[in-house]
Formats: sequence, structure tokens, C-alpha cells
Amino acid sequence: MGIVSPGFHGRPRSAAASLPPGQYLTEDFPVLSAGPTPRVPLDRWEFVITTETGQEHRWTWPELLALPSETPTVDLHCVTKWSKLATTWQGVPLDTLLAGVETASDYALVHSYGGYTTNLPLEDLLDGQAWVAYRYDGADLTPEHGGPARLLVPHLYLWKSAKWVRGIQLLHDDEPGFWETAGYHEYGDPWREQRYQGD
Amino acid sequence: MTKSIQTGRRLAWRVGRLVERRAETPTARTLVLDVPGWPGHLAGQHVDIRLTAADGYSTQRSYSLAAPADGDRVELTVQQVPDGEVSPYLAGVFSVGDPVELRGPVGGWFVWRPTDPPPVLLVAGGSGIVPLMAMVRARRAAGSRTPFRLIYSVRSPADQYYAQELRQQSGGLDVSYVYTREAPDGWPAPPRRISVADVNTNGWPPEFEPSCFVCGPTGFVETVANILVALGHEPRRVKTERFGPSGG
Repeated sequence: MGIVSPGFHGRPRSAAASLPPGQYLTEDFPVLSAGPTPRVPLDRWEFVITTETGQEHRWTWPELLALPSETPTVDLHCVTKWSKLATTWQGVPLDTLLAGVETASDYALVHSYGGYTTNLPLEDLLDGQAWVAYRYDGADLTPEHGGPARLLVPHLYLWKSAKWVRGIQLLHDDEPGFWETAGYHEYGDPWREQRYQGD
Repeated sequence: MTKSIQTGRRLAWRVGRLVERRAETPTARTLVLDVPGWPGHLAGQHVDIRLTAADGYSTQRSYSLAAPADGDRVELTVQQVPDGEVSPYLAGVFSVGDPVELRGPVGGWFVWRPTDPPPVLLVAGGSGIVPLMAMVRARRAAGSRTPFRLIYSVRSPADQYYAQELRQQSGGLDVSYVYTREAPDGWPAPPRRISVADVNTNGWPPEFEPSCFVCGPTGFVETVANILVALGHEPRRVKTERFGPSGG
């Protein structure tokens, strides 16, 4: 326990139990991004998985929408301390997209329109843990929240759920992404409070 | 295994003590903390503050640093958010001599270094002025001649942070204001939101390839970043930070 702040009482404790350490509950959906919001025309949108041998697997927007989708309800945890519970999405599981991809890689580097990147172990994208999501709360995903499509990896801090996702590069060696290069944790498990490098 | 990732040393929680508190507006306070062993920071970075109640409950928030590194001194400006859990404590209850836990500095993207050569455009919405003021102050502290322009959008003159200090600035820093609810007497325009004309007139031409820093609530940042891109600024030169009640 840290030092007591004289005269600090805090919010009622009931809601706090279900949150990862250091997080607080929010009802609205804050926006966080490091630069301008990219606009991606759907007729030029594509999603590309590139393997370590350079083999590419591509989906156009209609091809993505034609794939079987899921509607996960998940909790979101942002490294800036807010958590939002029970958010509902629609998207294609990465299991589906990676099913036909032959790879011996252990790591993934996710690329976004606008240049953002983030890295994570490939296994964190599998087994029903990650989606390419294109609808949020019953409506098309807005550009501010990553539309037309974003990665959704809710078991990690939200910066891993790359907005405006355009592809995934599979790699033998881990390569840090945008925030991971700027001092944030390479993995980002909210339950272990892995916010910054060395946490 | 992780060849290209350096595992840094963990950012330690430190104990700071409040040494000074200044009113910026009726609802915003600048807090000057003495933090023994503070490692220093860059203008634009923030810190995490952790408050702990007597029963062990604790919560954290991030706050931008308002001034450049100065030994063990750390300066924040906290806007009191109605119904907030932490800001009313920091802006009201927290008293000179009280301890508080903090760790940092955090954030390696939204930063300005006095050695950065390009001209700088700062666009602040409300309390978004805080990290940008750290850049203004870092420029002055370093004796930098890098040309700065600041566009500061506030609700009314009474909501301006650092009002006197910004008035006294000169020599390579141009400050312009946008008033959204109530303008000063004799102001040439009625209160209104920031527009393309403000950014075009009081910013830098894109050909100068300025570094642009935009900070404020989400809607404000979206608007200004879109304007900058539409005016021809390269998106990678436009760095944004969003906060406020609905802005993370």
C-alpha cells in the first residue's frame, strides 16, 4: 500500500473490485491518438497479413465483410487509466484471418493507416482473443474510434487495439511499435499493470 | 528473444511534497511539488499521480507537467472537474506540506526539445494549454530562438491559465486567442469556436514544415488536427494529445 493521502476518501468502493489495478470506471468512450485521424476510403481499404517469408494474404473491404463475424462483449482498459465495461463490437476473429496463413513466427507487428504500429506476441491474436472490428455498439465504427476497422485485443491495454488497422506483419523477432518505442510496456497486461517499460 | 526491445528500469513511485499552490483561474490550481531524486523530464511529458485513502483504496490519474525540468521541482496545473474523484482533492484539499505519490516522466512522443530546429505551432483548447506552456517555458529557459506561435482557445478571459506570463512573453513567441463563450471588452469578433481562418492566419504556412502540437478536449483536437491536415501540414508533423471529461 502506498502512503496515505491526508483527507483523501475516493469514490465508493463497489465498482472498483472488477477493475485492473490503477484503473477507474468511465461511462463515455474517450478518444486517444497521437495525431490526426486518417480518412480511409472503403474502395481503397485493404487488410494484409504478411508472413516472415514475404507471403501476403489480402482482403478488400467487401471480402472482409463477407467473412463470418462475431459480436464480442468485452471490457476495455486504457493505459491512461480509464476502463469501460461491457462494450459490444462486431468483427472478424483473427483466428479466421490467420487460418490459412502458414507461419513459424512468434510475433506480430500491427500496422495502421496513418503510420501507427504496435507489437504483440502472435499467440495473443489467436484462440478467440482478437478481432478486426468494424462495428461498435450496433453502428459502423467512427473514424475517431478507429473506423473503418480496428484491431480489438481487449485483454491488453487499448493501445494494442490498433485503430485504422491495415495489416499485420508476422516476425521471428519482436519489434517494438509506436508507443512501445516511446516508453510504454512491450506487452501491456492491465491485470499486471504493465503500463510502462520495466513494469 | 526480444532482441530489439530494451527493458528499461521500472519507473519508480516517488513521494513529492506540495511546496506551493497558485490559483490560475477560479477552478484551476498550479501545484509545485518537491520530489527528491526527480530524474528530469522533457516539455510535454506527464506524470502519474497516485492517491491512497486510509483504508488502502487507491486510484491514479495522469497530469501534464506545466514547466520544464528544474532540479527536484515538478509543476502541474490541475483543473477541478465537477464530480471528479482526484482533481477536487488536488485542487482543494491537498495542502502545502502534504505528501503525494507520483511516477514519471511518461510519454516520449508529445515532446519538444530545445534542440529541435523547426518552427513550432502550439494550439491549446482550455486546460490543453498545460503541456504546451511547458514547451513555451522550456524555450525561454533554454534561451532558444526557435520561432513559436501559440493559438489559445478559451471560454472566457477568466478561464485563461498563465494569463500574465503569456502577456509578458516577447521575442519569438506570438500568442493569439480564440474566445468561445465570452470575449474581452472591445474584442473584434464575437465568441466562437476555432476556425480554419484562425489556424491559417495565426499558424505557420505548411511550407515552413513546423512541428505542430495540439492539445485539448477530443472535439477540439479533432477539429484542429483536421484543419492542419487540410491546410497542407503533413500528418506526421501534427502531434496531438486529448483530454478533458470526454477526452480520456
